[in-house]
Amino acid sequence: MKRFVLKRIGLALLSLFLLSLTIFFLIRITGDPAVLLAEPGASKADLDAIRTQFGLDRPLWVQYWSFITHALRGDFGQSFYYRTDVFELYMSRLPASLLLAAAAMAFSLLLGIPTGIIAAVRVNKWWDSAGKMFALLGLSMPSFWVGLIMILFFSVYLGWLPSSGSGTILHLVMPSIALGWVFAAYNMRLTRSSMLEVLGSEYVKLARLKGLPEALVIGKHAFKNALIPVITLAGINLVIMVNTAIVVETVFAWPGVGRLLFEGISFRDFPVVQANILMAGTMIVVTNLLVDILYAFIDPRIRFER
Amino acid sequence: MNGSAAHSRPVAATLSFAGRLAAFRTEGFPHIPVLIILTVVLVAIFANVIAPHNPEVGVLGDRFRPPAWQVGGTLDHLLGTDHLGRDVLSRLIFGARVSIIVGFTAVIFAGLLGTTLGIISGYLGRWVDQVIMRITDAWLALPVLVFAIFLAAIVGPSVSNIIIILAAVFWTRYARIIRGEVLSIRERDFVRLAVVAGCSKWTIMRRHILPNVVNTAIVLGTLQLGVVIIAEATLSFLGVGVPPPQPAWGLMLADGKKGMMAGYWWLTVLPGSCIMLMVLSANLLGDWLRVKLDPQLRQL
Repeated sequence: MKRFVLKRIGLALLSLFLLSLTIFFLIRITGDPAVLLAEPGASKADLDAIRTQFGLDRPLWVQYWSFITHALRGDFGQSFYYRTDVFELYMSRLPASLLLAAAAMAFSLLLGIPTGIIAAVRVNKWWDSAGKMFALLGLSMPSFWVGLIMILFFSVYLGWLPSSGSGTILHLVMPSIALGWVFAAYNMRLTRSSMLEVLGSEYVKLARLKGLPEALVIGKHAFKNALIPVITLAGINLVIMVNTAIVVETVFAWPGVGRLLFEGISFRDFPVVQANILMAGTMIVVTNLLVDILYAFIDPRIRFER
Repeated sequence: MNGSAAHSRPVAATLSFAGRLAAFRTEGFPHIPVLIILTVVLVAIFANVIAPHNPEVGVLGDRFRPPAWQVGGTLDHLLGTDHLGRDVLSRLIFGARVSIIVGFTAVIFAGLLGTTLGIISGYLGRWVDQVIMRITDAWLALPVLVFAIFLAAIVGPSVSNIIIILAAVFWTRYARIIRGEVLSIRERDFVRLAVVAGCSKWTIMRRHILPNVVNTAIVLGTLQLGVVIIAEATLSFLGVGVPPPQPAWGLMLADGKKGMMAGYWWLTVLPGSCIMLMVLSANLLGDWLRVKLDPQLRQL
């Protein structure tokens, strides 16, 4: 177990190293980093000042080392557009993203789990096919399009929900559905297959042989165990949601980190973009690591896999 | 008597219509999805012949015209016009070209890269395997979409850049799965005989291993086509994909936002429906191919 954990931590560090290396070198390959780091339309003197300020005249490995040590201290520089510390800016936007992700998660579980259970209990019946179609549709519609269609219908035609912004619970409805839609489809598929596996197990057969009512067999014995993979995945899904919400946040003008990334790209606010990518990468790598370790802890077979 | 007869009917006969439809779908060829994909491919190839108007030039006097069947629509613009007075149908037709070119080439490049690395990693083993697999794992751990957006924002928007970026982001899955297959193929008798016969490592990989993993690569590629098309639409929607005024479905959706509040539904509904139909078809075809060509991938 110890060996496995150490190996996985090493791999995670390698991932982060590759990420930082890619970001660092891509900026330098694709052009003059001073141009990216300077405000749009900066003069020659400004560019020179930035070169000395960021030490762009030093050897590459020295530059990389200082980039890493600064990033580790949470120092990503100043935003050109907002004129504040990038890390603080990011942290001030994070709660909104977490709120949206939590709401989307709730939606995806509330829709995905019951439909998955029904599909498993009525396997190969009408319900199951409808569920499959729903999952397939969910995986085929881009989240931002789902958002746009909802705005068109619920805001423009019906006038029930606000089309953008934040503040009230009504503002949260459409973004969370748009973001949670795909995950609901995933949860449905996962619940269905997990439920099917559990329903075929010995202890469910025993529960049935004991003469327990079917509702109790499914609700008490099967459901709880089938839920384990869904809940485990929910953890990592939450992190993925925070970091892939850029499109949905852009569509609904939701003031989270995704919207911040989009603004960074639009205003060529490079420090913001860089910090956002590094934070997103780190969060996902760390979550993957935790999930892997958790799985290995639950299932010893994983530990001994090559 | 009647009741017991009903209970003893064979299971197959009691399958509901939807059940039989589902069974048919896994058995039979997905006609409609393939028809849709072929249509889109043909439309993309002959875009300049079919399209009634120039997709990049509009008449400002004809802005926001609704589709022909609505009040104010004209037969000249069957599916209406956008905020610059450009013909929506023509843009959809040329947009198919972008989606097809980006989708297919990115999938092919990613497949070539991933398959090559997977074969080399699986057959050579030892440190080569270690290095390639560690890099693959590290790459797999990164957030795909965010990373693609970052790359696109740096290198600037263009169709060729998007293809390279998407290929660079999506090769990992091929490498992982194909390496696994190679590990078992390598132990088979025909490979051992080839070694005894004195074939070089490269010849074995090319002549004996590659033909045995092509099926898997094709299945993976088909399943990824939809993901790649959505990724391209997303990048274009965010303004880091296909540069305007070139017509791309994702870009059309971004433009469509300008007329959405006024209720100009066709600018939002039509391009999105094209994306959805294409992706849905690719997924259905991929599912069918997976079951037909490669039973080992069924659990994916």
